[in-house]
Amino acid sequence: MVLKVFFPSCCSSAESGILIGRWISEQNSAVILAVVHFPFIPVQVKQYLSEVQRLTKVSVSVLGSWSNSKQEKEKSLSEFLEDLGTIFSHEPWIQISREGNSKFWSCSTLQKHSDNHKEEEIILVYYDQRKVMLSHLHPPLATDPKADDASKLSAIFDTVAKSKILFMTDRYDDGPIKLTHWQSDGVEASIIVELMKQASVPACLLLTFLLSLISGICRSRVLKFWPLSFLWSKLSICEQLGHRLQHLQVISSNKKAQNQTQLMRKANIFVSLLIDVALGILLMSWLYRKNRIGHLADTLIPVADHVAEELQDLLQWLMGAPAGLKMNRALDQVLGRFFLYHIHLWISYIHLMSPFIEMILWYVGLSACLGLTVALCILSDIIALLTFHIYCFYVYGARLYCLKIYGLSSLWRLFRGKKWNVLRQRVDSCSYDLDQLFIGTLLFTILLFLLPTTALYYLVFTLLRLLVVIVQGLIHLLVDLIDSLPLYSIILRLCRSYRLAAGVKFRVLEQQDGKPLRLLMQINPLSYGSVVQTYRLPTYSCYPRDSWTSLCKKLFLGELIYPWKHKGEKQD
Amino acid sequence: MEERRYRSASGAPIALRRRQHSASCRELAVRCPRLQLRSLSAVTSAVWLAAYGLFVLSENSMVLSSAIFITLIGLIIYLHFVKIDQESLLVIGSLGIQVTSSYASGKESTTFIEMGQVKDVVINEAIHMQKVIYYLCILLQDPGDPQGVSEVVPLFQSSKPRLDCLIEVYKSCQEILEQRKTVPQSS
Repeated sequence: MVLKVFFPSCCSSAESGILIGRWISEQNSAVILAVVHFPFIPVQVKQYLSEVQRLTKVSVSVLGSWSNSKQEKEKSLSEFLEDLGTIFSHEPWIQISREGNSKFWSCSTLQKHSDNHKEEEIILVYYDQRKVMLSHLHPPLATDPKADDASKLSAIFDTVAKSKILFMTDRYDDGPIKLTHWQSDGVEASIIVELMKQASVPACLLLTFLLSLISGICRSRVLKFWPLSFLWSKLSICEQLGHRLQHLQVISSNKKAQNQTQLMRKANIFVSLLIDVALGILLMSWLYRKNRIGHLADTLIPVADHVAEELQDLLQWLMGAPAGLKMNRALDQVLGRFFLYHIHLWISYIHLMSPFIEMILWYVGLSACLGLTVALCILSDIIALLTFHIYCFYVYGARLYCLKIYGLSSLWRLFRGKKWNVLRQRVDSCSYDLDQLFIGTLLFTILLFLLPTTALYYLVFTLLRLLVVIVQGLIHLLVDLIDSLPLYSIILRLCRSYRLAAGVKFRVLEQQDGKPLRLLMQINPLSYGSVVQTYRLPTYSCYPRDSWTSLCKKLFLGELIYPWKHKGEKQD
Repeated sequence: MEERRYRSASGAPIALRRRQHSASCRELAVRCPRLQLRSLSAVTSAVWLAAYGLFVLSENSMVLSSAIFITLIGLIIYLHFVKIDQESLLVIGSLGIQVTSSYASGKESTTFIEMGQVKDVVINEAIHMQKVIYYLCILLQDPGDPQGVSEVVPLFQSSKPRLDCLIEVYKSCQEILEQRKTVPQSS
C-alpha cells in the first residue's frame, strides 16, 4: 500500500537527526512534527516523548531518520542511521535523505517484521506547520457529525493542532534535546496584545457588575405595571437594547470559550458592537454639527401637519364620489365626519406638544451613541408614533368591515335556511320562523348595500397601513442585518484566510524519476457565503409570520394583521 | 504528457491534456474554447450603439459614460466569475481526487474529495433541453449505507466534452481507482 509522509516545510533545511511525529496506521500515513538533532541520549528522547504524549494526548513517537548532508552521502552515517532503527523500534522505519541543496529527496522504508518485500510507493506531502496548526477545518454541512469514519484530513489537522506544546520549545533553549520545527516569534513580539489581555480581566469584572445592576433594575417590579409593560413591548427600541444587553453579557462573562464556535461568536459580537457604536457616534456627530437635529425637530411638526392635511383631503374625496363610485350618502357622511374629528383631535395634540418636541428630540438623539441600530430603532418608533392615527383608522375600518362580513355570511346562511352549529363546528339546516326570516332578509339587504362604502374605507386605510408597515419593515431588516453580520469572521477570511479552512488542495511539484511523488498541501479557504452562513449571529425576529395566502385571506375577511412578529411574543 | 483535440457538446474545439506524475497520480486537464474577439466586439458595439441611441433621444452625456462603465465592469465580472479557461482533474490514488476550475482572470476554484468518500467515477446521460448529453461524474459514498450514493458531483460542466473524450478520462481514472481494490489493506 502507498505510504504517505507529511513533512513540514520548515524542516527542509534542518540538520541530520531523527524524525518524531505521529503514525496513523489506518491511513498508512506518518505526520512528522519535528526533527531531533544529534547528539542525544535515546533514553532522554523517550522520556521527553512520553511526557509530550501525556500532555497532548497525541501518540508521538520516533518515526525514522533524516539526513541532510552537504557533501556526498557518507556511508558510515547511513549505517548509523539504520542502527538507530533498532533502538527506537518503529514499524515501518522511514529514512529520508537529502543531498546538498537538491529538491529531490530519496525516501525509503525498512520493514523488519513484515513478509511483504514489495517496494512500497511513497508520497511526500509538504505542509506549512504554522498554517495547519492555526486553521480550523469546517466539514461540509451535509455530513453527519457522528459519522464513524471521520475525515482523514481532520486527523492530520488535529494532530498538528494538539501538538502545540511541542512547538513551544525555542531553538535557543539549552536543553538535553535540540528540536527543529516551526518557531513562533515569541511572547515579546505582541506586547500590545499582552497588555490588552492583562487589562481585560478587571474590565470584564467591572462590566459584569454594571450589567447585573442594569438587568436588576430592568427586572424590578416597578416597570412591570400594565401601561408601562405594554409600552415596552410595543417599542422596538426596548427589544434592541435588551438584545444588545444580552450580547454584552456574553462578552463579559469570565468563562473562557470552550471551542472554536464559541470563540468566534464572542469575537463576532465584540466587533459587531464596536462597529455599531462607532457608526452611531459618527451619526451623532453629524446630526449635532450645525444643529441639524434642531432643523429636524422644526420640520417634524410641519410634516405631521402635512400628513394630516393629506388625510383630510382623502376623506373629503371619499365623502364625495370617489373614482366615480356612488356611495351611500348617510353612512359616508357619518364615517367621514368621525374620521375627520379624529384627525382634528390628533392635530391638536401635536400642536400641544410642539414646544417640547425639540428638547425631547435633542435628548433622544443622544442615545444614538449606543449604536447605529439603536438610532434606526428610534427612527422606526418615531414613524410608528407619528402615524398612530393611520393605525387607529385601520383598526376602526377593519373592525367595521369584519363585523359586516361576518354578519353578511351569517345572514346569507339564514337566507338559505341553514345555521352554523357551534358544537359540531359545521353548517346545519335549520327551520326559521317567518318573522325571523323577514327581519333576517331585511338586515341582509341593508348590510349588502352598505358593503361598498365600508369596503372602500377599509381598502384605503389598509393600503396606508401597509405602506407604513413596509417602511418600518425595511428599517428592521437593516437593523437585523447589522445585528447578525459576522464581521470578525469576514475580516478573518479576508486577512488570514488559512484560519477558516473548507478543505485542502494539493499541488504537484517537480518530479524526478525514481524519487517519491512530491506534493504541496495548501489550505483551501472557506467561501464568503459559507462563512456568513456558519457564523451568523442569531437575532430576535423571525419573519414573515404568515404565508402570502393566509395574509390575503386575513385581508379579505378583515382580520387584523401583524406581519412582523418577534420571537417570544405570544401568538394571538 | 500528451495533448489531444476533441470537440465539446456544442461543437467548439477543446483540448485534453494528460500527465502521469507517478504510478498512482494522474492529472487530466480539459482546456475550454477561448473568448472570441468577434463575440466580444459584437457585444460591446451593441451596447454602445444602444447607449448612443439613448443619448440622441435624451441629450444626456451621462448615458455614454455609464455605458462605458457598464461594459468595463461587465467584462471584469464575466472574466472573473463566468468564463472558465481550464478544468482539471488530479487523481492521487490513496489520497483523493481534486477538481480545479481556472477562470479567465486567473482565479482558481478547487475542491478536494478524499478517497474514502469516493464510491466510483461513472459516465452518466442527461437530457438537456432538446439534447441528450453525456457527462462524467464522481459518486460519493453514503456513510450510513455501503451500497448507497449520497451525492453526485458532475465534472467538466463548462467545457462539456463529448463521449470520446470522456471515455479517455474515464479509463485513466478507473486505472487508478482499481489500484485501491487490488492492493491488500495493511493489518
